[in-house]
Amino acid sequence: VLFQIMELCGATRLGYFGRSQFYIALKLVAVAQSGLPLRVESLNTVKDLPLPRFVVSKNEQESRHTALYSSDADNPASYSGVIPPPPGRIQVKKGSVSHDAVQQRTSADQQESTSPVVSPQQSPPTSPHTWRKHNRHPSGGNNERPLAGPGPFWAPFSEAQPGSSTSSDPIWSGHSPPPHQENWVSFADTPPTSALLAMHPASVQDQTTVRTVASATTTNEIRRQSSSYDDPWKITDEQRQYYVNQFKTIQPDLNGFIPGSAAKEFFTKSKLPILELSHIWELSDFDKDGALTLDEFCAAFHLVVARKNGYDLPEKLPESLMPKLIDLEDSTEVGEQTGEVGYSSSPAEAPPSKSPSMPSLNQTWPELNQSSEQWETFSERSSSSQTLTQFDSNIAPADPDTAIVHPVPIRMTPSKIHMQEMELKRTGSDHANPTSPLLVKPPDLPEENKMSSSVKFTSGNTVTDGYSSSDSYTSDPEQIGSTVTRQRSHSGTSPDNTAPPPPPPRPQPSHSRSSSLDMNRSFSVTPGQQQAGVVAYPPAVPPRPQPSQGAGPHVHRPVDAEGLIAHTSTSPQQIPEQPNFADFSQFEAFAVSGVKKEEEDEIETHSEVLQVEKPSDSASSLRAAKADGRVEDKAPANIPTSAGKGTTPLAPPPKPIRRRLKSEDELRPEAEEHTQKTGVIAAVLASQPSIPRSVGKDKKAIQASIRRNKETNTVLARLNSELQQQLKDVLEERISLEVQLEQLRPFSHL
Amino acid sequence: SEPVSFVLPPQNYPLYIRSIPTENELKFHYTVHTSLDVVDEKISAMGKALVDQRELYLGLLYPTEDYKVYGYVTNSKVKFVMVVDSSNTALRDNEIRSMFRKLHNSYTDIMCNPFYNPGDRIQSRAFDNMVNSMMMQVC
Repeated sequence: VLFQIMELCGATRLGYFGRSQFYIALKLVAVAQSGLPLRVESLNTVKDLPLPRFVVSKNEQESRHTALYSSDADNPASYSGVIPPPPGRIQVKKGSVSHDAVQQRTSADQQESTSPVVSPQQSPPTSPHTWRKHNRHPSGGNNERPLAGPGPFWAPFSEAQPGSSTSSDPIWSGHSPPPHQENWVSFADTPPTSALLAMHPASVQDQTTVRTVASATTTNEIRRQSSSYDDPWKITDEQRQYYVNQFKTIQPDLNGFIPGSAAKEFFTKSKLPILELSHIWELSDFDKDGALTLDEFCAAFHLVVARKNGYDLPEKLPESLMPKLIDLEDSTEVGEQTGEVGYSSSPAEAPPSKSPSMPSLNQTWPELNQSSEQWETFSERSSSSQTLTQFDSNIAPADPDTAIVHPVPIRMTPSKIHMQEMELKRTGSDHANPTSPLLVKPPDLPEENKMSSSVKFTSGNTVTDGYSSSDSYTSDPEQIGSTVTRQRSHSGTSPDNTAPPPPPPRPQPSHSRSSSLDMNRSFSVTPGQQQAGVVAYPPAVPPRPQPSQGAGPHVHRPVDAEGLIAHTSTSPQQIPEQPNFADFSQFEAFAVSGVKKEEEDEIETHSEVLQVEKPSDSASSLRAAKADGRVEDKAPANIPTSAGKGTTPLAPPPKPIRRRLKSEDELRPEAEEHTQKTGVIAAVLASQPSIPRSVGKDKKAIQASIRRNKETNTVLARLNSELQQQLKDVLEERISLEVQLEQLRPFSHL
Repeated sequence: SEPVSFVLPPQNYPLYIRSIPTENELKFHYTVHTSLDVVDEKISAMGKALVDQRELYLGLLYPTEDYKVYGYVTNSKVKFVMVVDSSNTALRDNEIRSMFRKLHNSYTDIMCNPFYNPGDRIQSRAFDNMVNSMMMQVC
């Protein structure tokens, strides 16, 4: 079989085992191992042939060795005998080879030895290593040494080896100066066995490292093959070892970077077109920093290898090459190796690296193991660093996108209107719709969540789009607190954002704002109603928000909020008269679930302001009706909260505010709403499940949210005015341009 | 067709041209060249405020056609020019700005590539993909 192989690859090619021949030979071996007939065609047809397995059969390894050696030494006959060598012999031989301790080998050798360790081929762990050493060692004597140990089987090897070694010797010497191809060739001769043995990237790596350039190419090719078998882009251990070695030659610090210029030189040696190298760089420089870390370097190297072996570059970095993914598996090498990748990279680097590695050859396995361990550790480290860098790079792009603030205010107006409409339509129907989003207020999540629910019902959705900060409001729709907060937010916004209800403050404030801006004009009644409804919900909290909500004018928003709150609080007390608000019952239900204690307290406070907040009440009642029970819950929550916190003082403030609102909202059927709200509120209050802990927090939250809402409100109002101004300017420009266009038009056809 | 993207270095020869669809390209090329004058004018006018990252160039409305030309210049005087149809009113200033920002980011990524020599035509696939996706977004 070996003969056939040799004939096929040797005969087809030159008389020596050039790289391509070597690969062909390897592939043929794989073919033979697979039981396929040996044909030249098989090389091409069976692309995915499993890599010739060394582990499986040492015999084959040996045979391969022999084949290689025989070809090297042009002694095919002698090697035929070695075809069925006992596995033990191989090992023995390898062991002896290792003794050669060709010191001159570069550290790559070490790594190669290491890689065998890590490679699945545990059986002949030393073989690649030994082979390597064997190969490296120029002296034929070394080669013979191991041979002597083994039995007769090895004799042929020794014969071959000396021959190969001798052949390699001159090659070695001519390593640097001679063309890389030659080196490669000679290298291929010497370590063909090792290459065969390993058939791993490791062995290839070893060879390449030894040969620097030549080995690099060989390794690359083999690596390519191996990697392309299962996962085209997997990096095998040996490959990785090799890459790491190469990395070290450029940058001793494994944790450091290879600057772009150095990397450029290095990869230019691979003789790939610049365009492809550029593309490889783009793929592998994951963090886009212009430098390659070890992982990036390995990925780039791997891509170069693949490319040189005929594989097209992917459009994006394959997963297995991602910097944080380091594939440590054994690769299955594809038998085919037809590319003659004259990877003349770093010939200079190779020699120096060789020397240091050579001495280390003699080191024991433990050392190699250690190095592999270190390497693995490094890879972990580099992975983490890569992860970090990637993470950073991921962050960076996001930043610019979030920098745009303009859209927010722009959308406020329409959203506000929308919000108002929504509010009108669904007072409290959408608890999950934090109106706070509209407000673009700083997320006051904990409390705002509570509020958000209440706010939501006010068409928060639409508005939220426009409001970047609406996010905070969207969160927490369902709690009693949320209802309360919602109302609070409403109230917060209206009363000059003084008391931005915590979570819902936003939605509510926005709501209130919109109501102030637009509601007054268009939905004077409805928004107010809505607000009232909302306000009703958190009777406790919203003394402030309620008034604001209740009142149409944004000025009174905070007042509205309060008024609303008060309104809501009062509404329950007043018991709804209007049956039209079906939601009212919902409100009740909600209220029931809400805070009971608070409601009661709120009710007390609210009762004071109740009258004042007629308009707000109507709004809030409306809202309350629409809002789900959540609002009511909120209201109760608010109520207790406010009560607990002594919101009584709040009641008076809302009162006057509500008065104002009231006047503004006179348009609305306040009475009805109010009644409803009161009814709702009453229901809420009545059923309010005590919300003990929230009391204290709510109050503060409410106040904070109110403040926030107010601030947001003012900011938004400012933005709005600015945008309007801009709009006017743009319109003017447009007009002027159109005029110009008209003027030019007659001339355009000249 | 719209939009069209051009990348030009200080020497005002295009490093990258991409248009969708690829018809009437010459017309757009011509338009871009004429707009370069205005771009240069604005650059010189900026004077000290050189670091103004983005320059919105909305003014050039060709009388017959109706499209807008946007310009953007980096600190290294690399110009990005974009031509979009005026009928595409959905495009807002912010979107244009974000597109230019993306262009700029991709351009710097290209610059980081040691194999890229400034002044070469941009043949980066990543850059192509980015520009294509961006333009698809607009169309």
